Amino acid sequence: MKKLALLLILAFIAFGCSNNDDDSSPEVLGCTDPNSLNYNPDATKDDDSCVYEKNVTFAFTQNWAGTPVTAADFNSSVYQNQAGNYLSISKLRYLISRISLHKADGTTVDFLEYNLVDLTDPSTLTLSPALNVITGDYTGISFIYGFNQADNMSGAYPDLNAANWNWPSMLGGGYHFMQMEGSFDDAAGAPQPYAYHHGTARVSEGVFEQNFIAFEFDQNFTITDDATIEIKMDISEWYKNPLTWDLNDRSVDLMMNYLAQKDMQRNGATVFSIGEITQ
Amino acid sequence: MQMFRLIFGLLALSLVTACSSDPDPVEPSEDYTPTPKPLTVPPIFERLLPPPTIPADNPQTVEGIALGKKLFFDPILSGDGTQACASCHKPANSFTDDLQFSVGIDGSEGTRNSMPLFNMAWNGNEKFFWDGRATSIEAQALEPVTNPIEMHNTWENAVASLQGHATYPELFYKAFGTRNITKELTAKAIAQFERTLISANSPFDKYLQGEGTLTPQELNGFQIFMDETRGDCFHCHGNENSPLWTDNIFHNNGLDAIITDKGLGNVTGDPSQDGWFKSPSLRNLAYTAPYMHDGRFATLDEVINHYSEGLVYSPTIDPLMKAVSRGGVQLSESEKADLKAFLLSLSDPSFINNPDFQDPN
Repeated sequence: MKKLALLLILAFIAFGCSNNDDDSSPEVLGCTDPNSLNYNPDATKDDDSCVYEKNVTFAFTQNWAGTPVTAADFNSSVYQNQAGNYLSISKLRYLISRISLHKADGTTVDFLEYNLVDLTDPSTLTLSPALNVITGDYTGISFIYGFNQADNMSGAYPDLNAANWNWPSMLGGGYHFMQMEGSFDDAAGAPQPYAYHHGTARVSEGVFEQNFIAFEFDQNFTITDDATIEIKMDISEWYKNPLTWDLNDRSVDLMMNYLAQKDMQRNGATVFSIGEITQ
Repeated sequence: MQMFRLIFGLLALSLVTACSSDPDPVEPSEDYTPTPKPLTVPPIFERLLPPPTIPADNPQTVEGIALGKKLFFDPILSGDGTQACASCHKPANSFTDDLQFSVGIDGSEGTRNSMPLFNMAWNGNEKFFWDGRATSIEAQALEPVTNPIEMHNTWENAVASLQGHATYPELFYKAFGTRNITKELTAKAIAQFERTLISANSPFDKYLQGEGTLTPQELNGFQIFMDETRGDCFHCHGNENSPLWTDNIFHNNGLDAIITDKGLGNVTGDPSQDGWFKSPSLRNLAYTAPYMHDGRFATLDEVINHYSEGLVYSPTIDPLMKAVSRGGVQLSESEKADLKAFLLSLSDPSFINNPDFQDPN
């Protein structure tokens, strides 16, 4: 309907101009690129309004207070957390869902895919959603760490089931949000296992509390071409802010531990950030 | 001479019967294609799991599956014609055997327990053997034929035996459109048959599908299995929404202080993976004793005792063996009994008795 109105106006202007002896070569502003989404065949002068569809890729990277962490570091690199524990990592998997790009006009581009990042599987370190984005100005990026309540349905996702990613129904069901495992040195210097697993929090029998984290980052950027957006996880933050997490106190059997689950959620709030946007 | 006449007679008879059952026998032609036969996916897998993995260059066909079954049960592939795949992968044992280590044609013992075979098309990461060294079922099927402590043959010799056989060239033609037998086609046929070995009809499956009930003991055992502070079995062995009952990945489950068999570490060359072996599925445990990659445990009780109080530390132990400092998760005797009852509810008698999976020869 808008297009029709635009055409009528354009036609009116054209007619109007043809009757105007003073101006025989009327100028019509618009997008003059036939390859654009809003090509205007009547436009005689390009006004920089052309928009295009582009692919966006999300790249998931991990670091320990700025030092990159990859699967190559597993079982070998040693990190010191805020509490002073020396630890190594043998597994890191986490779930990201409902990624959206926020446009300057207030609308959002909502990607439907979720992504189970597994550092040992390079194919999971990037996500290229099916939906294309429109070039232009954006003001923010948002996503869910884990699944929100509506999405966190037990057994609903075959690929996550096959990955054994389920969260026990006695703990509220749905799926894990994160599994971080490895070894740390206890007070005596002896290696001990830890399994920092996060998901829905069990308050008491049959009573559960949502535990996902919704992230929203205000960030102005302009999409001009196929773009890669980096989503960074600073692993050290899981142990630091606001709660100093001492693995000597809490290392394993944390899934049923309500306070541990909620402390993980609190510490998670500063874990993610937006890194480079390249295009 | 008499043998020749017998064969001739049988051939003639088979021609007659073939003609009588098929009035218009298809003459071999260039454009022959075998009959597609997609896997029948059980409802519980359909509901909860991704579709089966079928290689694009080896689709399931009626003729391919039939050939694969015949090959699987035929000792012709072994060096002296005495051993078939099925010698160490018996239907009654859920396609393993009841030995700690299987014995090859020369009487040599292997070093790892024969693996049971089922639901192989749902092994998403496509890593086969205890140490994951084969990256497809087709690749896996090539190995035992030439392994000197197993079937101890050469593929050249095995293919020559098949090529010279009275019926195999025709069966390969029906399966693949060529009478030119190769080891690759032989492995493809065996893989097609193996992909049909689907087990999803245990009492626990029926319970999940609302078609059966479980005893209170079995249900309690499942709660112990799913409880992180008791059994904590589910991190590697599935759950009610992950009905393969394995994660299909590799772990050091705390069997030994000194690792002698490096498992995955030997394949990847990564010493941090020494002693890592694939989690076996918990389906059909009633038929697959002994247990573990080296068959060290004769009974399920021994397996449960291992996780309860027998864990041993080694540097590459999986963090999920979290209670290693006190030997294990310390289940009570009644918890152990309940857990065992649950585990046995994952055994599927209709699988081992399936007439489609028995020796056709």
